[in-house]
Amino acid sequence: MSVAKPLPHDAARLHVTGAARYVDDIPLPANTLHLAFGLSQIAAGTVTALDLNAVRRAPGVQGVWTAADLPSDCDCSPSAHDEPLLAGDTILYLGQPLFLVAATCHLAARHAAARALVTYEETDAILTIDDALAAESRFEDGPVVWSRGDAEAAIADAPHRVNGVIEMGGQEHFYLEGQTAAALPQEGGDMLVHASTQHPTEIQHKVADALGLPMHAVRVETRRMGGGFGGKESQGNALAIACAVVAQATGRPAKMRYDRDDDFLITGKRHDFRIAYRAGFDDAGRVLGVDIVQMARCGWAQDLSLPVCDRAMLHADNAYHLPAVRLESHRLRTNTQSATAFRGFGGPQGMLGIERVMDHIAHSLGRDPLEVRRANYYAAARVERVEGGISTKKKQLTPYGMEVSDFILHEMTEALADRCDYAARRARVAEWNAAHPVLKRGIALTPVKFGISFTLTHLNQAGALVHVYQDGSIAMNHGGTEMGQGLFQKVAQVAAASFGVEIGVVKITATDTAKVPNTSATAASSGSDLNGMAVKAACDTIRARMAAHLAAERQADPGAVQFEDGRVVIGSDVLSFAEAAQACYQGRVSLSATGFYKTPKLSWDRKRGAGRPFLYFAYGAACSEVVLDTLTGENRILATHILHDCGRSLNPALDMGQIEGGFVQGAGWLTTEELVWDARGRLRTHAPSTYKIPACSDRPQVFDVMLWDAENREETIYRSKAVGEPPFMLGMSVFHALSDAVAACGPGYPALDAPATPERLLAAVRRVRG
Amino acid sequence: MDLTFLLNGESVSLQDVDPTVTLLDWLRETRGLTGTKEGCNEGDCGACTVMVRDSAGARALNACILFLPQLHGKAVHTVEGLAAPDGTLHPVQEAMIAHHGSQCGFCTPGFVMSMAVAHLNGDTGHDDALAGNLCRCTGYAPILRAARAAEAEPVPEHLTRSFIFPEILEHDADTARPAEWQGAAPTSADALAELYARHPDATLVAGATDVGLWVTKQLRDLGRVIFLNRCDDLQRIEETDAGLRIGAGVTMDRVLAVMGAKHPSYAELIRRYGSAQVRAAATIGGNIANGSPIGDNPPPLIALGAILHLRFRQARREMPLEDFFLDYGKQDRFPGEFVEAVTIPSQPDRLRVYKLSKRFDQDISAVCGAFNLTVEEGRIAAARIAFGGMAGTPKRALHVEAALIGKPWSEDTLIAAWAAWEQDFTPLSDMRASAEYRLAAARNMLSRCLLQDLGAATNVLEVQP
Repeated sequence: MSVAKPLPHDAARLHVTGAARYVDDIPLPANTLHLAFGLSQIAAGTVTALDLNAVRRAPGVQGVWTAADLPSDCDCSPSAHDEPLLAGDTILYLGQPLFLVAATCHLAARHAAARALVTYEETDAILTIDDALAAESRFEDGPVVWSRGDAEAAIADAPHRVNGVIEMGGQEHFYLEGQTAAALPQEGGDMLVHASTQHPTEIQHKVADALGLPMHAVRVETRRMGGGFGGKESQGNALAIACAVVAQATGRPAKMRYDRDDDFLITGKRHDFRIAYRAGFDDAGRVLGVDIVQMARCGWAQDLSLPVCDRAMLHADNAYHLPAVRLESHRLRTNTQSATAFRGFGGPQGMLGIERVMDHIAHSLGRDPLEVRRANYYAAARVERVEGGISTKKKQLTPYGMEVSDFILHEMTEALADRCDYAARRARVAEWNAAHPVLKRGIALTPVKFGISFTLTHLNQAGALVHVYQDGSIAMNHGGTEMGQGLFQKVAQVAAASFGVEIGVVKITATDTAKVPNTSATAASSGSDLNGMAVKAACDTIRARMAAHLAAERQADPGAVQFEDGRVVIGSDVLSFAEAAQACYQGRVSLSATGFYKTPKLSWDRKRGAGRPFLYFAYGAACSEVVLDTLTGENRILATHILHDCGRSLNPALDMGQIEGGFVQGAGWLTTEELVWDARGRLRTHAPSTYKIPACSDRPQVFDVMLWDAENREETIYRSKAVGEPPFMLGMSVFHALSDAVAACGPGYPALDAPATPERLLAAVRRVRG
Repeated sequence: MDLTFLLNGESVSLQDVDPTVTLLDWLRETRGLTGTKEGCNEGDCGACTVMVRDSAGARALNACILFLPQLHGKAVHTVEGLAAPDGTLHPVQEAMIAHHGSQCGFCTPGFVMSMAVAHLNGDTGHDDALAGNLCRCTGYAPILRAARAAEAEPVPEHLTRSFIFPEILEHDADTARPAEWQGAAPTSADALAELYARHPDATLVAGATDVGLWVTKQLRDLGRVIFLNRCDDLQRIEETDAGLRIGAGVTMDRVLAVMGAKHPSYAELIRRYGSAQVRAAATIGGNIANGSPIGDNPPPLIALGAILHLRFRQARREMPLEDFFLDYGKQDRFPGEFVEAVTIPSQPDRLRVYKLSKRFDQDISAVCGAFNLTVEEGRIAAARIAFGGMAGTPKRALHVEAALIGKPWSEDTLIAAWAAWEQDFTPLSDMRASAEYRLAAARNMLSRCLLQDLGAATNVLEVQP
């Protein structure tokens, strides 16, 4: 069976030969227009004069649009209708598009856009969390508060207390393929859009609204993205709308791709957070009560900030049972890029907060942080207590009241600690540090528990379209998008398994809003859970029709028809799958079907912060060891061992790729990737020359990754688990190992902020030395 | 300009080429070869990596900041031309598939080109060969597995043929419009000197690793451009009585090779300088003449007492390198005068260079410190210390040097020299580092020198798991 095989990415051969086609590679007619935005150079204020004469006269320019020239406000927001395509008079961030140029080539459009003469009246910008708090500049009326038990009393009554603050920076997606879209006008005013997007339906919807068309008049196709990571969930809307507007106005195809610097300046990034905490705990480090205040910098528009901040609250517990907890979340509006979805979607920030609490508790008690973490873990799944002779399952609830019934981190932590020899290495690190005055090692083992499902419940649905052709070849389509994660291959493996055929029999086709409508973004790690099930439903439908027909012809039992090894076995008759398909075609059996899936068991009230937002949790644990130079703060990851839970993996090779890649991306977030805005709100790190994602040599010297092989307790596709986001948070082990190395320098608590750049590490070294 | 080169084995002759069209734009937009990707358009991500061969061998270069005239007389291989003519994949392509080295696939063509160049050159230092290729999906581990797996495979036959550029093609192009070529790409320093004196406003282009960005990012019109890459006599490395004379046109990969034996700490700095793609294009003269306060060559060169050779027509002058840097953006260079070479005096190797950046590889220094200390009988007999990133120019730490010379090589001396640092440097805060951190780290680099001499482990890169 094709499922569970470590098959390569379906496009691997196309990737290595340069034949894989991305949006910018699609051949377009010679009269295609190329677009560029002119960007605001101030963060807040008004435009008092916009002189575009030089832009219009620039070589190759075919048209220029300001907000007043658009057919509508051309809103780009996925949520609150607060993102006009082009700013009118009011400027809300530095980098906001002011006007749109169409020229005969990309470079000409960029040259022209640089020629605008803009006069501004600048006002005080709200740039930082402090600015926003002081100005009460926020989304929603006030902070969102969820609580369970009496945290205040529990903290007050606890034998020990810690409190502190951790700042954590945002993160640029740095998808290698920048944002790109193209629009081709069709007959009758219809529009065909090619977009590098995780959410073709959203592009369709926003383009249709902008042009005043029904959704059926807009078709969006996405074969692949050169990376998404959440950055192409909503941030591609502007380009697609711009192309469609120009295409509609001129009747010519239009294409837009952001230059990398523009991409940095225009698009949203991961939210930076400040998390303040107060915790009360017992002698073993067990949390008795905790109060956590999350402050998120959301930028100029609402975008996806509310669900991102919700998810940060939903992961404020990570793997730990918090008997009394109060969570307060501030969604702050600032004059900066509108922070958006990024792998983990607020989860990493929420989890880093509670991991800081664990680390701080351990330091204050002089205990091994792993010991404190384990003492606070949720109870193991299936632990039963006998009370009064009646066996009852021990129930532990999250801060939002969902029972944690699948907790496997006790076993996983034990297995990982054994595999990486944690206890002995911790002792060796201490010995080594005693003998080395300049360089210090640190080690940390941190867990991940990540909730799987969209927290906006209605998004947990998916559709698929499967055709079996009369020669036995199969075409498969679904609403998920391919951004490198291997979704298409995994789902193709599901389809091949359903029909018992080789993977090569299944043609993977581009995501297309004309084939499967009303899809959700490929996000929240849900791609294979949702689309795998939808495709399987479609395949099952066709297979049942085939079985019924073939069995009826032979007076056999349809239930006994077998599809395996490329054959269809009906009693004593054996047909090749192609022969079976031909027979069904001739028997006038419909060989095409849609499939649909909606995630069961969900019920979530986000206002109250109560219910079951997730179908299940995915788990993982990582142990990292680092070395730190206490003279400069430079550091290296020496070794990382990972054990990660993918349920019964649909494809272990692709899952391994998500884990290795997610870990390195997570470690990058917390170490070298620093976004710096200046006092005027200009992003100073706007290209790879200044913004440093991990390079080749930054991966751990020893990098040992294992899958935890156990089936999902919920009925997911072949009992697999989602794997897109959870491994990202394994990178937290690096951050805490660095903190551990700093702690070796003196008696104080490092209170390290993220990203732990050499500069922040050196400052922390000084801090602990007092 | 008219020019001729080989593209994936076929000759290409172009007429009237705008000299600042990049190879990447030409490949993608004119030639329709879209396998080579644009990731950053500034030579930092490697998605546009191509293989360029000439008589000196095969190199990986970033097509996004490579101007077409730089390719005249060379052979370019893009990802479309990597597989054998019969379609058989290159071993690195096969290995990337087998080891799951691609996910989104967008960086992959650049990776396979870098890997193919390393494979062809028998280079198994994969971390260095791939430092200039960024991947956001895989975490690099499977790519490294692929690179190692391909090591043992033979170089495909179509790449083993030694490079022989059909001379007739080069001749044709050169003779077609000789005046034009001589006016844009002189073939000797003499010719350059005459040409540049007549056109002092021209932009000199050596490797284009910086000038390329003037075009792709600053959208500047360069006006008249003079390419230096055909001036063979600027590309010589000579041992002279005065020391090692390095021509301005010597690329950084060659400086790296020659420094390995002479000043290994300088070589280690260059190993982290840019990337393989950048080192293969960037020249030492360009890095100096550009006058950047954060260029990585000036600190070690100043610490080594290097002499800069400048030339205007037949008039030559020389000066200690530190004197060349007058102020931020201002060098002691007359219009029409150019950097001809730099000489490093012969000396025993005492040099220690420390490059400090947010990321180890392919990052611009926040601080680059170079220390050339002579310690005799426990005392500092001589000191030359220079820094990048600490002022508006590369700068010597004259007050610190004075505070050290004649003193015991000890912690007490470092403490006594504390105040001298602020006399030498008032660094800026920017996105790379704060002023306070720069100053603290610079001071600590001197402590590192001492601690190293005392036998302490101070290099995180040398620590084993």
